[in-house]
Amino acid sequence: MQFGIFSVGDVTADPTNGRTPSEAERIKSMIRIAEKAEEVGLDVFATGEHHNPPFVPSSPTTMLGYLAARTRRLILSTSTTLITTNDPVKIAEDFAMLQHIADGRVDLMLGRGNTGPVYPWFGKDIRDGIELAIENYNLLHRLWREDVVNWEGKHRTPLQSFTSTPRPLDGVPPFVWHGSIRSPEIAEQAAYYGDGFFHNNIFWPPSHTRRMVGLYRRRFEHYGHGRNDQAIVGLGGQVFMRHNSQDAVREFRPYFDNAPVYGHGPSLEEFTRETPLTVGSPQQVIERTLSFRDFAGDYQRQLFLMDHAGLPLKTVLEQLDLLGEEVVPVLRKEFEALRPEGVPSDPPTHATRQAVEVTE
Amino acid sequence: MSTRRIAVVTAGLGKPSSTRLLADRLAAATAEALRSRGFTAETEVVEVRDHAHDVVNNLLTGFPPGGLRAAVETVTGADGVIAVTPTFNASYSGLFKSFFDVLEEGALAGTPVLMGATGGTARHSLVLEHAMRPMFAHLRAAALPTAVYAASEDWGATGSAGDGLTDRVARAGAELADAVAGRVPAAARDPYEDPVPFGDLLKGA
Repeated sequence: MQFGIFSVGDVTADPTNGRTPSEAERIKSMIRIAEKAEEVGLDVFATGEHHNPPFVPSSPTTMLGYLAARTRRLILSTSTTLITTNDPVKIAEDFAMLQHIADGRVDLMLGRGNTGPVYPWFGKDIRDGIELAIENYNLLHRLWREDVVNWEGKHRTPLQSFTSTPRPLDGVPPFVWHGSIRSPEIAEQAAYYGDGFFHNNIFWPPSHTRRMVGLYRRRFEHYGHGRNDQAIVGLGGQVFMRHNSQDAVREFRPYFDNAPVYGHGPSLEEFTRETPLTVGSPQQVIERTLSFRDFAGDYQRQLFLMDHAGLPLKTVLEQLDLLGEEVVPVLRKEFEALRPEGVPSDPPTHATRQAVEVTE
Repeated sequence: MSTRRIAVVTAGLGKPSSTRLLADRLAAATAEALRSRGFTAETEVVEVRDHAHDVVNNLLTGFPPGGLRAAVETVTGADGVIAVTPTFNASYSGLFKSFFDVLEEGALAGTPVLMGATGGTARHSLVLEHAMRPMFAHLRAAALPTAVYAASEDWGATGSAGDGLTDRVARAGAELADAVAGRVPAAARDPYEDPVPFGDLLKGA
């Protein structure tokens, strides 16, 4: 099973002292956090893509390309790459390029973005959101698999005898996750292609995650990619830890109370009860995370949100130490012990996809 | 005897409140009218006040927490809805509106709704027509022709002859009873159970 972190890349004031990092600081912090993820033994770093303040990561493959040189094992990913407003041709090329630079340590998660205005900024219309996700991915899928593509669709200019360059590393396209919180169409899309499905459940109750993942799993089997418990599922998580759980609650509360997404709304206690947020000891985080399989089944990738709500870099790095040293090693062992025969432990990687390619 | 589920949404702030009083009168009239048509009414009351914090939390986080989830399901699963609000600033109260704002799109489509409102003076009785009716039209609910407004003076009015509160309540209850008695609740399509096949999505693109 893969464990990692995903970052939204928000620039948020630290509510305890009112200090707001500069964009430069935040970008460098994201790099440091990704490097730290490898140092503490995590498997994945994923960056968001945003085109509006207060977010910095507008150019994921630039950041991931740099990280490719700074890391050796870490899988570089996104959370999410905007399949709606990016030209699928550019996505095909950017990520194939990144594959070569990173020796295949690349996958990506496709999503539709978090704000309406992003569509017109790139000449699109939010009312076409689902349609764009479907048409654009259909083209992206072909661009990575066919050397010469003739294509005509509704949302971009036609392609005649087009070859996307460079070709994917070893002729193996990067593994794709489709991320969606609420849209059944996207779970259906992931199932149709036999791709991964990531449910960013961190702000949602388990009952909802169960429905979305359940739909993906049933349809994955329907389209003949394997049994429903063999579908490739990823989940989010959101934790804050100290050895003494009271300390964790005391330290995190001001960050929670003022957080951009849920701040000034439910109490920390209410939100912890209703969503996967866990504030407490490493042992509590282990128990909570293991319970995710109760509603999502045995899954392959767990990403934690650690750098958000204005937490200072030093604190985030301490959190990663706890995550890498005390939580993830136990989770690896426990999840594997619970996993039934025939259910994959890991999502496909470049190496495993290459092996499949050769045997076929 | 067949059963019809009636959800009563009442957004009074006081306890007791005249809004709740009107809601109970409308519920009783509906139950009585259903009984005379051979049905049993199963009435559940949602006091929006009891979910006030959760309604705001739902607006901020996008999902209904536990207690509110049950209240929302009571309303969206009902055969008919009685919705009563106090009049604030010549409109429904913000809390009343917020409760309906957190329902999923289409959740009340086709559902018969009996509207009621309370206020200090009869001058605001058109709140039913210029605020509530358009909102329920937007929700694609079937708002009934008779809506009931109760001003302070109505509670002290004598007799039930003519167009008094008692008559209006009885007439409104009968309309809701007729609407739910004749209605076969359509099973809503669940997009998570029964998704649009990808082939169709692809063709639409």
